[in-house]
Amino acid sequence: MEPILEVKNLTRNFGGLAAVSNVSMQIMPGELIGLIGPNGAGKTTLFNLLTGVYEPSEGLIEMQVDGKPKQIGGMKPYKITNLGVARTFQNIRLFKSMTVLENVEVAMQRNIQYGTMSAILRLPKFYSEERWIKEKAIEYLKDVGLYQKRNELATNLPYGEQRRLEIARALAIQPKILYLDEPAAGMNPQETADLTKLIHEIREKYHLTIILIEHDMSLVMNICERIYVLDYGKMIANGNPEEIKNNEFVIKAYLGEEI
Amino acid sequence: MTKGILNKINLMWVAIIVVLYLLLSYMMAAGIINSYYKITLFNMCINIMLAVSLNLVIGICGQFSLGHAGFMCIGAYSAGIITKMMPNYAGLILGILVGFVISTIAALIVSIPTLRLKGDYLAIATLGFSEIIRILVQNMKITNGAAGLSGIPALTTWPLLMLGVVLTIVICSNFTRSAPGRACIAVREDEIAAEAMGINTTKYKVIAFVIGALLASAAGALFACNFYVIKPTQFTFNKSIDILVMVVFGGMGSMTSSVLAAIAIGLLNMVLQNFTDARMIIYGAILVIMMIFKPQGLFGDREISLSKIVDKAKAKKEAN
Repeated sequence: MEPILEVKNLTRNFGGLAAVSNVSMQIMPGELIGLIGPNGAGKTTLFNLLTGVYEPSEGLIEMQVDGKPKQIGGMKPYKITNLGVARTFQNIRLFKSMTVLENVEVAMQRNIQYGTMSAILRLPKFYSEERWIKEKAIEYLKDVGLYQKRNELATNLPYGEQRRLEIARALAIQPKILYLDEPAAGMNPQETADLTKLIHEIREKYHLTIILIEHDMSLVMNICERIYVLDYGKMIANGNPEEIKNNEFVIKAYLGEEI
Repeated sequence: MTKGILNKINLMWVAIIVVLYLLLSYMMAAGIINSYYKITLFNMCINIMLAVSLNLVIGICGQFSLGHAGFMCIGAYSAGIITKMMPNYAGLILGILVGFVISTIAALIVSIPTLRLKGDYLAIATLGFSEIIRILVQNMKITNGAAGLSGIPALTTWPLLMLGVVLTIVICSNFTRSAPGRACIAVREDEIAAEAMGINTTKYKVIAFVIGALLASAAGALFACNFYVIKPTQFTFNKSIDILVMVVFGGMGSMTSSVLAAIAIGLLNMVLQNFTDARMIIYGAILVIMMIFKPQGLFGDREISLSKIVDKAKAKKEAN
């Protein structure tokens, strides 16, 4: 089987600092990958490179599109999204003044056929597609358990639910690859357990390849099949949770060296 | 409710508009609205068109444009020149269409490079554009330079203005409550998240900007055929600011607010007509007080929504 995503020698410099340096990854379809590392290791920068927010300084990002590898490094974020890549943000970025339902509807933009003219003239196409979008959006909200709150403003949701809404919004893109940037940040143990369950459910239901950044080791070790470890922008280890736990470089990166 | 275009809510809106139109027409015929008030009313209608269309660009899409007077100027001069040659409604329609074409081209030329800019930078770029248009008009033969065009046939009538206002509001609110409109609001709320949702942010900014420009140009055409004379000095930076004040005064992002603010400022101007000097001071003072105590505008982002009123009435009935 071909990898769905292949990262080759990816580097991103900010001035003299290599935030991500010479990173390579191979991700197979359907895998659930963890990306861990100490603060400032370059995890979010790597996500931003993979989703097009930053342009790579060097290296390639190849994604399987229609059975062929396609170089997506440096493409505009919306173009990468439209190839079937969705993400959530570490510092939640919902559309605050929109309702919960509208937030999900926005994400379904790429499935909409009618144009500005049909919208202004309110052609029959507009009504039929809007009805379809609404039904579909409600389905995603049910997946994450926010159906009851569909008419509330996104900004009024409690923190944990805002994170869930971000996931619903990402699902509405109908992605092949889903990047979750610290989905459990700021959650209590009960919420983290619910989130773990949710990640499993959506992965089964939508056949997703998931890559997640997380500091909560219980969550990472629990659900990830394979883990990549970044430290100072370099990939220092890669393997299953058991291997990572015993890897001397990883222990050194997290706990420091003996003197 | 949303079975199609002929739903109850839309029919209720049509009824309200017809009643309002007939009422105002009657008041004009009966002399309750005399010719002095009529000028104010006509001005208000043109200002509503300008404010609502600018609100689409600033309030809905979040792009701070100071170039609205430029597009109004294009529309006014296109209609003025053509109706002087063809003093009938065919001429006016042709003038509006020519204005549309020129405004679209101008809007595309301005927006594609400048909409990458954000906030203040975009404001300055659009301001520069609007001044370029004015200076061009001031120096061209066909526009009669700084002296301005005079003898434009008075083709702007009350039904025509009412039609302009209704069409402007319908276009803007239909656009806002659709997928492209949602995309524009998403751009306003968070550009990075909008891109991550697969939204081509530049495209939707350009769409909102062009629609705003077209409506401003139509308003300009009605303006030209209302006042007999147009001069380049009517379309300076000050005009853009006047329109901006209406949008901010009412509340950004709400069509209702823009309409009400245009009416309120129209009335204020009428009352202060005799105190020309004091007018600007009072005007400024009101704005400063507004910004301190109610920065979200008089009416905020609330909209008058018939469907909500109907839903509430139904809920009340059921509760009884």
